[in-house]
Amino acid sequence: MKTPLILSAAASIQTAILAHESELESLDREIGDGDHYINMKRGAQVVVEMQAELATLTPDAALQKIGMKLLSTIGGASGPLLASFFMSMAKSLKENGDDTIVKIAAAFAAGVDAIRQRGKADVGEKTMLDVLIPVANTFQSLAAQHADTTLICNTLMQTAEQGMLATKDLIATKGRAAGLGERAIGHIDPGAKSCQLMIEAVCTLILDSQV
Amino acid sequence: MKKFINNVDDILVESLSGFAAAHADLVNLHLEPNFITRKHKAVNKVAIISGGGSGHEPLHAGYIGYGMLDAACPGHVFTSPTPDQMLAAAESVHADQGVLFIVKNYAGDVMNFEMAAEMLPFENATVLTSDDCAVINSTYTTGRRGVAGTVIVEKCVGSLAEAGAHLQACKALGDKVNSRTASMGVALTSCTVPAAGRPTFDISDHELEMGVGIHGEPGRRRETMRAADAIVSDLVASIVEDLTVRNIKTAGENEALLLVNGFGATPLMELYLLYNTAAKLFNQHGIQIARSLVGNYTTALDMAGASITLCLLDDEIKQHWDSPVHTAALRWGK
Repeated sequence: MKTPLILSAAASIQTAILAHESELESLDREIGDGDHYINMKRGAQVVVEMQAELATLTPDAALQKIGMKLLSTIGGASGPLLASFFMSMAKSLKENGDDTIVKIAAAFAAGVDAIRQRGKADVGEKTMLDVLIPVANTFQSLAAQHADTTLICNTLMQTAEQGMLATKDLIATKGRAAGLGERAIGHIDPGAKSCQLMIEAVCTLILDSQV
Repeated sequence: MKKFINNVDDILVESLSGFAAAHADLVNLHLEPNFITRKHKAVNKVAIISGGGSGHEPLHAGYIGYGMLDAACPGHVFTSPTPDQMLAAAESVHADQGVLFIVKNYAGDVMNFEMAAEMLPFENATVLTSDDCAVINSTYTTGRRGVAGTVIVEKCVGSLAEAGAHLQACKALGDKVNSRTASMGVALTSCTVPAAGRPTFDISDHELEMGVGIHGEPGRRRETMRAADAIVSDLVASIVEDLTVRNIKTAGENEALLLVNGFGATPLMELYLLYNTAAKLFNQHGIQIARSLVGNYTTALDMAGASITLCLLDDEIKQHWDSPVHTAALRWGK
């Protein structure tokens, strides 16, 4: 993994979030409290603005810095969750190295596990984890099988899409939609949607850069 | 929306600056990261720090001062503060006796304080307040929410810390007060978050929201508006039921503190009317109101409505409630 990829990924994520303003806002109005898009936009913005200071860092140091910045910028529940992801991913890369796809998949999974622990949530509770956990598992198993980059990216995008769509039929037991009970059924979770968008953005970036 | 605003983005800092200027004898304001401390740093005691989203004033900054908090960290309106605020506040006020965080039980607050606690380079502990008996799970949290009872926890813990008690003793008292406290709120209107510009929920002139939270999040049920006594009767019944179910109320301990708290847009005249009925009804349940507090102590911006909080006293809690306090919002005995 190289730091320039992280910088390009941040820009792609920002573009994807901005392009889905009305969709994210309406999802959050339906079952959240209406601030998800604003928080995601603010988070993407500060990371993109860090380009210059990140450029000279190693990938793990850059991810650690991104995590710390998000932690002090976003607030609410999504700040600590996203920050935990980047900081744990950074820790895994720092300790184990970043030179193989297996190590990168393991670092991604470590980040997702940090969200799971911080949020005390799991698959099936109508949160971002319904996208992230299946993606982390698929990523690790494809990496272990030495799948090529194109197959990995395409499969992860499909997995993310399925996880996101699956939140529609769930009752929320964690996150902002908890407490709405059956009223939340029929609505896609906004956090799952934004995670799916981010994964799609990064996978598309990697696929495009291969051509 | 009709509010006193210059620029929506400046509301928080302008309000904090006004608070600091009005109470310059009591507090210092620090910006970026935002936190407020006592004017004169306390020495040789556990540092008590609280914080949470803004919009609940005077919670928490109004309780900074002798006998209560050492610092408070205000987030954006109804949004948890971030760990860098807690770290900076702790760095500023700790006096080598450890730091105790008092945190209302909302997912965002819990996670941000948790991360701050993990990063803090010195001994610390956390009291989670969860006095709201309205709902088991609300929109904003897992488990019971921390609401107006937090004021009683902050007062008692602050008093014990001022007396020189150790960190774990302060935490134990905070946990005890929280466990003996129950609150239930009712809203007559919604609040309007300035950045949103429109009411958080729709409610007609003929309805009330029973069990509402301090962010205007839904409670137990939407009901038809009725006479005050009937509303108070339901609030009191919920609290008594909660204390009974949790097996808190025991024979021989029947003295309590009754807090009638306004949510921001209900006049004191009505709050006293509620108190009048609530005290009588608790009496009928064998609970004698030995201490009282009536006013706007944990608000929800401009929501009309009120909450009733009952804290079952024992000698220790009574002593720490009565002890001197000198803050912007609570002051007696000094």
